[in-house]
Amino acid sequence: MRAVQSLDPGLHRHHGRPLNVEMVVAVELNTVSRFYGEVRALDHISATIGEGEFFSMLGPSGSGKTTCLRLIAGFEQPTTGSILIHGKDATGVPPYERDVNTVFQDYALFPHMTNLENIEYGLKVKGVAKTERKQRAQEALAMVALPDLGKRKPWQLSGGQRQRIALARALVNRPRVLLLDEPLGALDLKLREQMQVELKALQRKLGITFIYVTHDQGEALSMSDRVAVFNAGRLEQIDTPQNLYMRPSTVFVANFVGTSNVVEGRPALDISGQPHSFSIRPEHISFVQGPPTPETIHISGRLVDIQYYGAHSRYEVEIAGSLLFSVQLASESSAQDILPRVGDEVMIGWSRRAMVHLGDL
Amino acid sequence: MRSDGKCPFWLKFVAFGGIFFLHFPIIVIAAYAFNTEESAFSFPLQGFTLKWFAAAFARQDILDAITLSLKVASITTAAAIVLGTMAAAALYRRSFFGKETITLIFILPIALPGIITGIALLSAFRMAGWDLNFWTIVAGHTTFCVVVVYNNVIARFRRTSQNLIEASMDLGADGMQTFFHIILPNIATALLAGGVLAFALSFDEIIVTTFTAGPERTLPIWLLNQLTRPRDVPITNVVALVVMMATLIPILCAYYMTRGKESIEGSGK
Repeated sequence: MRAVQSLDPGLHRHHGRPLNVEMVVAVELNTVSRFYGEVRALDHISATIGEGEFFSMLGPSGSGKTTCLRLIAGFEQPTTGSILIHGKDATGVPPYERDVNTVFQDYALFPHMTNLENIEYGLKVKGVAKTERKQRAQEALAMVALPDLGKRKPWQLSGGQRQRIALARALVNRPRVLLLDEPLGALDLKLREQMQVELKALQRKLGITFIYVTHDQGEALSMSDRVAVFNAGRLEQIDTPQNLYMRPSTVFVANFVGTSNVVEGRPALDISGQPHSFSIRPEHISFVQGPPTPETIHISGRLVDIQYYGAHSRYEVEIAGSLLFSVQLASESSAQDILPRVGDEVMIGWSRRAMVHLGDL
Repeated sequence: MRSDGKCPFWLKFVAFGGIFFLHFPIIVIAAYAFNTEESAFSFPLQGFTLKWFAAAFARQDILDAITLSLKVASITTAAAIVLGTMAAAALYRRSFFGKETITLIFILPIALPGIITGIALLSAFRMAGWDLNFWTIVAGHTTFCVVVVYNNVIARFRRTSQNLIEASMDLGADGMQTFFHIILPNIATALLAGGVLAFALSFDEIIVTTFTAGPERTLPIWLLNQLTRPRDVPITNVVALVVMMATLIPILCAYYMTRGKESIEGSGK
């Protein structure tokens, strides 16, 4: 057993929980790769996931995050590298001998069984006595707030209800690690937000390690203790949501997590005077007047578009006829008359401290 | 698309004429099974009697032929279900070199003329030095009955989410438990449909049987031999009626059972 402290000193600092030096490693990936012929679905991934952690794997489709989850579940075996689950090498161990359970993207509920039978299934195949498994299944139904739907078949439920049954079916086995493969992907926005809150609350209450695959960066940021960002089979960054947003370490992360103005190459040198690519968040830029101070950068351009989002508005400013900067302002922050209009020559500015350097030119 | 109910008289005439032409011989055989007249197809019918049924079921050669055909069809169906399911399970998901060829080889026996299959099997059995008997009939029938089960089961596999199997394994079930608890209930109706069809195909198969039966006489072969004996025509009619019922009823049952099931499954998706 190893403590994860050394790997990530920032873990839990932002969540009010004390940093626990004794924290146990739940899942460890050691330079894991998965190739399909010539395709490198996963390329030398290393990560350590702590017990009780809400760990998200974020990335666009085809980035390898689901493959990574399937390797932990045991549906596939790594081409190279090893996976340790609770300190034990899981290489070659079939899914039914692993102390992990999965909530599938399409729920994968058994259509010929009732919901209660679905939930009981894991206990039944493990030989748990009938009375005990009935009771535990009922408890699981109550936990997901659907105590009366046990006798129905899965197809008689709504998408959100099916999602809860799938969750109950996995949790009734009391796994130490729960794998969730885009579990909220098929739900509408309101339901998704509600389920995010419930899932997070459930995870805190049960203290189970959650490994959560999603392509929705908002979801990953709002729920997770730490997020691993995948791109093209590689890990870009593993960090807390705060660090991921404020200190992205690569151009990809800066672009994928939230919206960012990423400037690379010659224009970066021209604007900042330093030989680095950099990113700056739209909400850190404002309209300014007068000369810059040593701590700020001012550049002039032409306002080409305004998008109104209710709570905030976004202004697209074209610099030197080619670069496009997004500027985000809270809607009520400025009086209507001093705001520029489309076509106006404007000057925008930001603090050098808000910039994130993304590698040398 | 539906027409508004009006169609020209000639179209109606041709349509019903076609149906009549197709089914007239069957009606004749069914009707003359109850005819009192002994010799041939005299018209009009002389009277109604069930005595030919009694006569038919009193004859040992008929009973033997029916028993043999039932046994062959049952064992063929069982073999087809096992082999067809295994073939479908092996082929539906994985793609490997030669998969298309293997699929073609599986489907070929149903497309090949029976006479080719029959001759090929006969020479194969001769080369192997096997005597023609009950088991060579079963082997011959199984070649094309496997396809029927295979087609039904592979279609069902393709519609069954692969995730169900993974979910079962994930919840702690090993391969056998997953097969009996998850896969089998999901393909049950496909097996029923395929099995019934295989049974019917085997029960009235004659061409391949002619080559592989040797001294054995299945019901269709017995019927064929009867054609040279005009005095037994009413009894032959009775037996033909029995064959029709034995194949038609299971097929209809399977059709309705699987059709009802399908609509329920579809709504769950």
